[in-house]
Amino acid sequence: MLADDDDDDRLFFKDAFEEIKIKTDVSTLNNGIELMNFLTQPDIVLPHVLFLDLNMPGKTGLDCLKEIKSIDRLKDIAIAIYSTSASEEDIEETFVQGANIYIKKPHEFSALKKVLEDVITLNWQYHTSGLNRDNFLLSL
Amino acid sequence: MKLYLKFDMNAVCKKVLQEQLEAAGLNYSIQSFGEVEINNSPSNEAVKALNEKLNSYGISVVETHKSVLVQKIKDAIVEMVYSEEKLSNAKTSVYLAEKIGQSYGYISNLFSDVTYTSIANFIILQKIERAKQLILTNELTITEIAWKLSYSSVAHFSNQFKNATGLTPSAFQRIIDKRKNAQQKNL
Repeated sequence: MLADDDDDDRLFFKDAFEEIKIKTDVSTLNNGIELMNFLTQPDIVLPHVLFLDLNMPGKTGLDCLKEIKSIDRLKDIAIAIYSTSASEEDIEETFVQGANIYIKKPHEFSALKKVLEDVITLNWQYHTSGLNRDNFLLSL
Repeated sequence: MKLYLKFDMNAVCKKVLQEQLEAAGLNYSIQSFGEVEINNSPSNEAVKALNEKLNSYGISVVETHKSVLVQKIKDAIVEMVYSEEKLSNAKTSVYLAEKIGQSYGYISNLFSDVTYTSIANFIILQKIERAKQLILTNELTITEIAWKLSYSSVAHFSNQFKNATGLTPSAFQRIIDKRKNAQQKNL
């Protein structure tokens, strides 16, 4: 699941997953407020990985991250930050707040596909091989 | 006060298995790690119920022949990564072929089919996970960790760590420390 306020980014994200060999079910939301409204409903199927754009109006990705980590039912979802920023401070701050993955949005579609495939594959290994999620940090 | 814990995963799993198998009233013997022989043949429902109980400990009964083999390969790799001796002596392909009793070509194809990754990548992943644990216990220097995990040099280790995580070993350590401090403040 992706929360991103940019139409193009949401489209490329979905297209990239269509071409990845691991079967996935991708949904997108338009901003942080929509995301948190969705996640806090009862009886929904939680996503395995949540991709958060940092820069969104209303609720930023970092706001969402902090909120998610404070809710017991949600705090184990793997969180990937998906941002145009590559500043060391942003990267470190989101990791400290509990993000697992930091993705600097690639400019090329082929690079995006590669990055997302790496993320999903690695997350799958954590999921199936009993690895310690607390130590799951990946910066791309 | 802070307590630092070490785990013997083998002992933990064995104990959990014993308790659950006994609670299920099954006549069993625990074979090598990851294999349990049930002496009377239990009903499908009993196996299903046991599986559900075990799931809450992160243990699950694997079903097909392929997934059993893959699990054996994973266990063999983890065992190797945790054993300094095995890691330094063996050529991985020879070690795995002997341990599993199949040709390396067969094992390696099967592994890639089922897990979406290669044996080589899985070994790197496990070594890096082990390195993370060692970094966080603060007992060993980066040089000692590189040596313990059979890297030819510290540079080789740091590069592989950086490739696998996008972070240097010291950045990883700093972030996890900060995160722990932040979590304690929030409690």
